[in-house]
Amino acid sequence: MMISSLPPGLILIFGAFLLPVVGPFLRPLLVLALPLLTIWQVWHMPEGASPALTLMGYEIITVNVDALGRLFALIFSLMAFAGGLFALNQKRVLELSAAFTYAGSAVGVAFAGDLITLFVFWEIMALGSTIVLLSADTPQATKAAMRYFMVHMFGGALMLTGIFLYVFDTGGVVLTEMKPDTAATAFILAGVLVNAAAPPLSAWLADAYPEASWSGTVFLSAFTTKAAVYVLIRTFPGTELLIYVGVFMIFYGITMALLENDMRRILAYSIVNQVGFMVTGIGIGTEMALNGAAAHAFAHIIYKALLLMSAGSVLYMTGKRKCTDLGGLFQSMPLTTLCGTIGALAISSFPWTSGFVSKSMINQAAANEHLALLWFCLMAASAGVFLHAGIKFPWFVFFQKDSGLRPKDPPWNMRFAMILFSAFCIGLGVWPEYLYALLPFAVDYEPYTDAHLLNALQLLLFAGLAFFLMLPMMKRTLTISLDTDWFYRRFATAIIDRVGSFIGSTDKAIRERTLSGLNSILDYVWHHHGPEGSMARTWTTGNMVLLVTIFLCVYLVFSFI
Amino acid sequence: MTETPAKPETPKADGSASETSAAPAAKLHWLVRKGTIKVLWIVGLAVLAVLVYADIYLTPHPHFGIDGTFGFHAWYGLLTCIAMVLVAKFLGKFIGRKDTYYDDQ
Repeated sequence: MMISSLPPGLILIFGAFLLPVVGPFLRPLLVLALPLLTIWQVWHMPEGASPALTLMGYEIITVNVDALGRLFALIFSLMAFAGGLFALNQKRVLELSAAFTYAGSAVGVAFAGDLITLFVFWEIMALGSTIVLLSADTPQATKAAMRYFMVHMFGGALMLTGIFLYVFDTGGVVLTEMKPDTAATAFILAGVLVNAAAPPLSAWLADAYPEASWSGTVFLSAFTTKAAVYVLIRTFPGTELLIYVGVFMIFYGITMALLENDMRRILAYSIVNQVGFMVTGIGIGTEMALNGAAAHAFAHIIYKALLLMSAGSVLYMTGKRKCTDLGGLFQSMPLTTLCGTIGALAISSFPWTSGFVSKSMINQAAANEHLALLWFCLMAASAGVFLHAGIKFPWFVFFQKDSGLRPKDPPWNMRFAMILFSAFCIGLGVWPEYLYALLPFAVDYEPYTDAHLLNALQLLLFAGLAFFLMLPMMKRTLTISLDTDWFYRRFATAIIDRVGSFIGSTDKAIRERTLSGLNSILDYVWHHHGPEGSMARTWTTGNMVLLVTIFLCVYLVFSFI
Repeated sequence: MTETPAKPETPKADGSASETSAAPAAKLHWLVRKGTIKVLWIVGLAVLAVLVYADIYLTPHPHFGIDGTFGFHAWYGLLTCIAMVLVAKFLGKFIGRKDTYYDDQ
C-alpha cells in the first residue's frame, strides 16, 4: 500500500485552526474527534516511506513509518486526546488551538523521514508551545514565554546550522543514525539536547512550564522533551556522552525538586529527572536500553500528564500553587488525590504501574553491560524519584498540614481525563505485553520476577522511610533555587547594565569634554572678536595715528637694512 | 498534624468562580488523628521488616557483588535518600533565594 505524503499530524494542525471558528457547541466534539482521528490514522499507517518529494534538489520524505515513530506518534496523539478532554472547560480557545498545533507537529516529528521535514515540525512545536504559554495571559507567563522562545530559537539555530553543515558534508538530508564526530552532527546533537532540557540550558523547562495555565502545563509536559528523546533514539543511539548528560539530568532534577516549593515546579524538575533516565538509556544504546528509553517516554507522558492534571485541578479549584499554601486536600478532593497518587506511584516505578515495566529495562540494560557505577547511580536515582516526586508531591499537596482549604474535585471532563490516564498507568503496569509489542525491538524481558519485585519494593519503601525520617528537613519554605536561567535573567542583564552604564558615562564624559573645549574656543573667539572683543572695538583717532606712525617707523627701519 | 487557620481566598488564576470554602476543622478527619498515624507507622515499619526478612528466601543474582548482600536494596535506598536530602539541603544554602527574587524584573 502506498503511503500518502500527507503527515497524519496535519489533522491536528489544520484542525487547530478550525477550533476558534466552529462555535462553542461543535468545539468540544472537534477537540475530542481530531485526536481520535489522528490515533486511528497513526495506528493504520503501514510501515514504509512516502514517495520522495523534491524540494530545491533535496529528496523530502514527509512520512516514514516504523515501529519507533509509530510508538511516539501514538502517544503524542493520545496525549492530545486526554489533554483536550482535560482542557474542554478552558475558556481560552487560543490555548487549545496552539496546543493542537503543537501536538500535531510532534506527531509530524515522529514520522519525519528527513532533516528538513524534521526541522520544520520542530520549529512549529517551538512556536505552538510558546503560544500555549502566552495564552496563560499573566505578566509572569509572558516574560517566561519570551525566555522560553529565545532558548528554543537558539536550539533551533544550532540544529539548522548542523543541518546546513550536514548537507554540505554528505549532500543528503535523510534522517538516519549519526555519530557526533563532525561539526555537523555535533551541532544537530546540541540542538536536540537543548529541547531535551539537557545541561547547561536545562533551566528553561522549570522556568517556563509552571507559568502556563492549569491546562497548558499538561500539554507542555508531553511533547518537546519527548520529541527530543525520539530524535536522540533515532539519530544518536549508543553515544557515550549521553550517559553522562543523562545521569547529570537525573540528579539535577532530584536535587532541584527536593528544594522546590511550587507544586508544578517540583513536577517540572522531575520531567528533567525522568528524561535523564531516557537519555541515559539512549547513551547505553543496546536494544534493551533503547526499548527501555522508548517505553519510558511512552509511560512518562501518561503519568506526568496525570500528575500535572492533578496539580492543575488543585490550581483550578484553589488558585494556589505553593506547597506552603496547600495541604489536607485529600479530605475534599478524593478523586484528584487518588489519581495524583497513582501518577506519583507510576513515576516512582512502583510495581504494577507503567513506570515499573519501562524504567527497569534501562536499569537492566546497565547491569547487562556491566556498567557498575552507572547501575548504582540509577538505583540511587530510582529511590530518589520516590523521594522527590513519588511522596513529596502528593504529601505536600494533598496531605501534610491541614491548610483549611476544602475545594471540591474539578469538573467532570477534568475528572474523566485523570481517570483515563490513571487507568493507563495501572493497565500498562499490569499488562506490559501490549506496550512491549509496540517497541522498536523484540522484547526479551520479564519485569515481574520475585527478585525484581522484592528489590523494587525494598528500594522504594525504604526511600519512603527516609522521607518521613527526614521530614523536618523537608519542611517547605518560601524559597526558590537559582538555576542556570539566573545567567540570562540576572547575570547577563547585570553585565548589560554595567556595560550600558559604562558606555553611557564614557559617552557623557566625552561629550562634556568636547563641549567644554568648544565652549572655551568660543569664549576665546568671543573675547577677541565679539562685539566687546579687543579686535572689534572702535579705535580712537590718536591710537590710529600712533599705529600708523609705528608702521611708518618700521618701514623706515626696514628700508635702511 | 498541626491545624492551621484557614487562609483567605485569593482570586483564581484563570478568573473562574471559586468553589473553595474554608471549613473550620471542627472534627479531625480519621486519617489524620494521632491514633491512626501511630497505627500507620507501626504497620509501615512492620511491612519494611517483612520486606527485609523476605530476602532470605531469595536466591541472590548479584550483578556486581555487593548488590547480592542481605537487604541491599533496603539499606541502599535508605542511605542514598538520606544522602540526597542532605546534599540538596547543603546546595540549597548557596542557591536558595526568597521566592520574590525575580519579581522586580
